[in-house]
Amino acid sequence: MSTVLYDYPGPRAKRRNVVLTVLFGIAIAALLWWVYQKFADAGQLEGRLWKPFTEAATWRNFILPGLRATLLAAFTGMILSLAFGIFFAVGRLSEHWWIRLPVGAIVEFFRAVPLLIMIFFIFYGVPFLIQGPVPIFWALVIGLTLYNGSVLAEAFRAGIRAVPRGQSEAAYAVGMRKSQLMRYILVPQAARAMLPVIVSQLVVLLKDTALGYIIAYPELLQRGVNDLAANFGNVIQAAIVVAVIYIIINSLLTLFANWLDRRTRRLGIRVPGGTGALRTTGAVDGA
Amino acid sequence: MHVFFEQENLDAYLSGFFWILKLTGASAVLALGFGVLLAAMRVSPIPVLRGVGTAWVNIFRNTPLTLVIFFSFFGLFSTLGLEFSDELDTNQFWLGVVGLSAYTAAFVCEAFRSGINTVPPGQAEAARAVGLTFAQTLRIVVLPQAGRAVIAPLGSVLIALCKNSTIVGTIGLLESSNIMKQLINDNGDAVIEIFLVFAGTFAVVLIPTGYVFGWLANKLAVRR
Repeated sequence: MSTVLYDYPGPRAKRRNVVLTVLFGIAIAALLWWVYQKFADAGQLEGRLWKPFTEAATWRNFILPGLRATLLAAFTGMILSLAFGIFFAVGRLSEHWWIRLPVGAIVEFFRAVPLLIMIFFIFYGVPFLIQGPVPIFWALVIGLTLYNGSVLAEAFRAGIRAVPRGQSEAAYAVGMRKSQLMRYILVPQAARAMLPVIVSQLVVLLKDTALGYIIAYPELLQRGVNDLAANFGNVIQAAIVVAVIYIIINSLLTLFANWLDRRTRRLGIRVPGGTGALRTTGAVDGA
Repeated sequence: MHVFFEQENLDAYLSGFFWILKLTGASAVLALGFGVLLAAMRVSPIPVLRGVGTAWVNIFRNTPLTLVIFFSFFGLFSTLGLEFSDELDTNQFWLGVVGLSAYTAAFVCEAFRSGINTVPPGQAEAARAVGLTFAQTLRIVVLPQAGRAVIAPLGSVLIALCKNSTIVGTIGLLESSNIMKQLINDNGDAVIEIFLVFAGTFAVVLIPTGYVFGWLANKLAVRR
């Protein structure tokens, strides 16, 4: 193993590494033992707290319905944010200033406002304006769409701008209109070049569905941790199980993104600054 | 603007954003320190440390922050008895800081790691070839270049942290989002005004912050 920081270890470095491995191994084992003791002292390791997770009824009544609601909100949000993203990316690249400027302002605004503020406004504020309730599902999904759609719009925009100029010139030369150029030439290539960034943002979106808990949308955190623990008094165990579910789903999505990244790298569209840098900013750009 | 002319509402607004400021500040310091430590672990030659760093990043990057904050209140505090203060809001604040820092540190770590990875291996090889020691290689060659590549992602992490600090409202701290909810419920005739003031405060602070980080990253970028 050689990184930029150090060379392949020689005999002395190998010996030193073994010693340090043992030392740090002991330190970390001690730390884990301490955590284990804390759990044991608080009576958190008793079998009865974990037992509900071995029963089918727990999964049927709490975890699976929650997971279903989470995936439903995430899936709807993903479709809508992708549409929003493409639409606003194209708008922000418009030649007309009266389209470009307002679209740019909207994208910047929604990117800067915390998602929770957005969701609270839609769920608690909008009912005063329309004189009727906003369904909890749509309050969450619209919030997710406005925020993640704006982030995706920036990703698409970077992707469209990275398509070589010759592509647009060739399209105009064969007589395409601006809308055809976007639809057939630029957006498909941009989407392919930015796929890793897009998928990372979809992971963010999936995690953000947990905000639904705050407005009592019956998603995974609400049903699988809050309601489940209210019945069995095992909040720590439920939180761990649900966290593992989230980690598995998101890891699968990330593996998919990495696979796409390797595949699309061959296609040769380079985004200025590298997709890597953009992906990092994209992935951290969320709750 | 009648809502914010009332002293009581204005005070609530200010106190809400004061909590956001304190949450962001305290968590930024802790997450930066811990994130650098995690990054050092992840690039170290010692497999045990690499494993711990990788595990931390994968766990916290893939868990919703709402769940992390929820756990730090209902798990660490209510069940395991970790208490920072007798005062309710101070306790909520520090539990929120614990959750935010643990979560954000994973992203700080990844920013630093990707920064170190942008330095071409030839640079360190050349440094070793001219006889620099490990510490010199790090101090003179690698870190100055990595530091510049880290500015843009760290800026994004900081901005995300500021927005994420509203989620501490989940455990009852009266930060800006909870204050906005209260004001909306009390003043149904002025919801747009209230939303625009709260959202606008974030936008006015965070949009320029983003541009400053982008400008700085561009100005300091290593031309290769």
